[in-house]
Amino acid sequence: MRDIAIVAFAQSDHLRRTDECSEVEMVMPVLHSVLAQTGLKTSDIGFTCSGSSDYLAGRAFSFTMTLDGVGAWPPISESHVEMDGAWALYEAWVKLLTGEADTALVYSYGKSSPGSVRDVLTRQLDPYYVAPLWPDSVALAALQAQALIDAGETDEPALAGVAARSRGDAADNPHAQLPGARPQGDYLVQPLRTGDCPPIGDGAAAVVLVAGDRARDLCERPAWIRGMDHRIEAHSLGVRDLTDSPSARLAAERAGAFERPVDTAELHAPFTSQEVVLRKALRLGDDVRVNPSGGALAANPVMAAGLIRLGEAAARIQRGESDRALAHATSGPCLQQNLVAVLEGEAQ
Amino acid sequence: MSNQPANNRGATGKEPVAVVGIGQTHHVAARHDVSIAGLVREAAARALNDAELTWADIDAVVIGKAPDFFEGVMMPELYLADALGAVGKPMMRVHTAGSVGGSTTLVASNLIASRVHRTVLTLAFEKQSESNAMWGLSLPVPFQQPLLAGAGGFFAPHVRAYMRRAGAPDTVGSLVAYKDRRNALKNPYAHLHEKDITLEKVQASPMLWDPVRYSETCPSSDGACAMVLTDRTGAARSPRPPAWMHGGAMRSEPTLFAGKDFVSPQAGKDCAADVYRQAGITDPRREIDAVEMYVPFSWYEPMWLENLGFADEGEGWKLTESGATELDGDLPVNPSGGVLSTNPIGASGMIRFAEAALQVRGAAGEHQVDGARKALGHAYGGGSQFFSMWLVGSEPPTG
Repeated sequence: MRDIAIVAFAQSDHLRRTDECSEVEMVMPVLHSVLAQTGLKTSDIGFTCSGSSDYLAGRAFSFTMTLDGVGAWPPISESHVEMDGAWALYEAWVKLLTGEADTALVYSYGKSSPGSVRDVLTRQLDPYYVAPLWPDSVALAALQAQALIDAGETDEPALAGVAARSRGDAADNPHAQLPGARPQGDYLVQPLRTGDCPPIGDGAAAVVLVAGDRARDLCERPAWIRGMDHRIEAHSLGVRDLTDSPSARLAAERAGAFERPVDTAELHAPFTSQEVVLRKALRLGDDVRVNPSGGALAANPVMAAGLIRLGEAAARIQRGESDRALAHATSGPCLQQNLVAVLEGEAQ
Repeated sequence: MSNQPANNRGATGKEPVAVVGIGQTHHVAARHDVSIAGLVREAAARALNDAELTWADIDAVVIGKAPDFFEGVMMPELYLADALGAVGKPMMRVHTAGSVGGSTTLVASNLIASRVHRTVLTLAFEKQSESNAMWGLSLPVPFQQPLLAGAGGFFAPHVRAYMRRAGAPDTVGSLVAYKDRRNALKNPYAHLHEKDITLEKVQASPMLWDPVRYSETCPSSDGACAMVLTDRTGAARSPRPPAWMHGGAMRSEPTLFAGKDFVSPQAGKDCAADVYRQAGITDPRREIDAVEMYVPFSWYEPMWLENLGFADEGEGWKLTESGATELDGDLPVNPSGGVLSTNPIGASGMIRFAEAALQVRGAAGEHQVDGARKALGHAYGGGSQFFSMWLVGSEPPTG
């Protein structure tokens, strides 16, 4: 397998609203930043891939606008997934594995502020039997949290502990939307309180992937992708054990995560209860540093939050704070779809 | 599920990619008899039957469609995981506007070429009857000028620009429509079967967006298309002749900018050149036996003939007028009837890719081009902004 590394990562400041800027304006500084870190220009990039959702943007073909931010002239080799940017990174990684390209630019973005994201996300449910009932994303996560509590896997104080730790860690993250200690608040949907739920916000992220020795030229300590895999589960909640995540476990196994211990894990767990599920499925011990960035509980720009986990894990390796990290992204209700990547830095 | 073992096979270079299964639904204006899940399952099951494989043989699923607003379902692949046998497997969703069916195929093919997986199901669909594509595409002011009714309103001025630039007589568009609708009569899956079609009827049809007439316009269809792609080992087990991928590429450029040539976009030229380079094609006009190109409005046949290098600039309409692109001509274009006869938007690009593969497998039935050994599948999307193409052959690629 070809050696491919994340050599640069950039993200926007994640904000509750960004009425003053369009999606293109939100993405452009991030693209400029990630290219500036490597000294690469658009014309140096072999393949570009993005992730976003028309439903968040409220218009068809929304990604065609943000492509303008890339500067696709002369024409570029480019693709788009209607998924979190973590899957755009996966597509780019596969493209580099074929040898057809040596460098890739990956970006994703989401503005949740123009609409009600809880209502919007109901539209991704089974359109005939479930979506007409409008069960929202918090209510579905609450079902999962209650199932965990009923199974004795966690309790409300433990969930509050996850929230406090995440947001405490986010105090060191200048991009986070909710940094620092804050009260758990009232129930939003029992048993989940405000503090157990992610903030609603707007944001963007980008990474640069490079194959082979070139990565060492562009980055002092590249974050090598040792493996990456993703798996999906049944859509219907009625046929799934909500206290477990077999798809995350299988993706981790296929990515090689269990071959040696990791020291860091960036988990895309928008709800505190989902961290409990993922820690078990991914066999993360107490010695693993989980979400030092603050995770999705501190900033959850929908469609970019998964890519940010890969970027944060890579940045930690580049800074020498991790040698082997697991990065995770999720999609769909109650962790239906999961992606796991294993990143490593070379010996220091 | 061949992720780790496949990576360790130790081979160098890309793994050859073969098409061993092709399936599509009968395309109609409204499939009231099936859900979205039922529709995609039908095409996928036909592709598996063609390959004589089962759901268990599939390592990953790559699905594409045009905007989610067409059906009103956000990221429908989540709901479709069960229907496509994807539970426990990797599933990806591609969206590159009208070129998506082609792009989806190429993303799936890369999974095999990179040896991440051995056998992949790829599928694209549109169930336009679930909502209204016209409104799905109508962007709110101020992002677009009002009264730009549908895609035809966007493309008609560019057709007019082509006619003026090439000096093409205004009869060429109707020739393409008459040809494609007759070809569709030989394709049991095509949406429009106009048994009494005549050239005079096409020419007498109402003008919708001058110079594009009603009969020179694609229909709105419900439908899905699926393919099973596999590696060299999988192809060796195939019960029927595989189609081999010789080249594939995507190119994008901005929708609107001062230097854009809407008549013959640079991204289309670059994409074709990349595919020909990979496939070792130096004279596409002579070396390619059949073309399935994305022609939603009839005039795009002569326009794309030039863009894809089959004719010199300004000469595409002469090729069409000469009859070369007829089913029995020496460069048959859209033997299946094309997008003009069948247009489930998100699937239309994959149907082009799949029909090209059917031709080189010798499996296109009544619309088979005799002795087709190399065929081009072409798709485009957005405001002539996104391109994806592949070239398939009856023999494995050399080198």
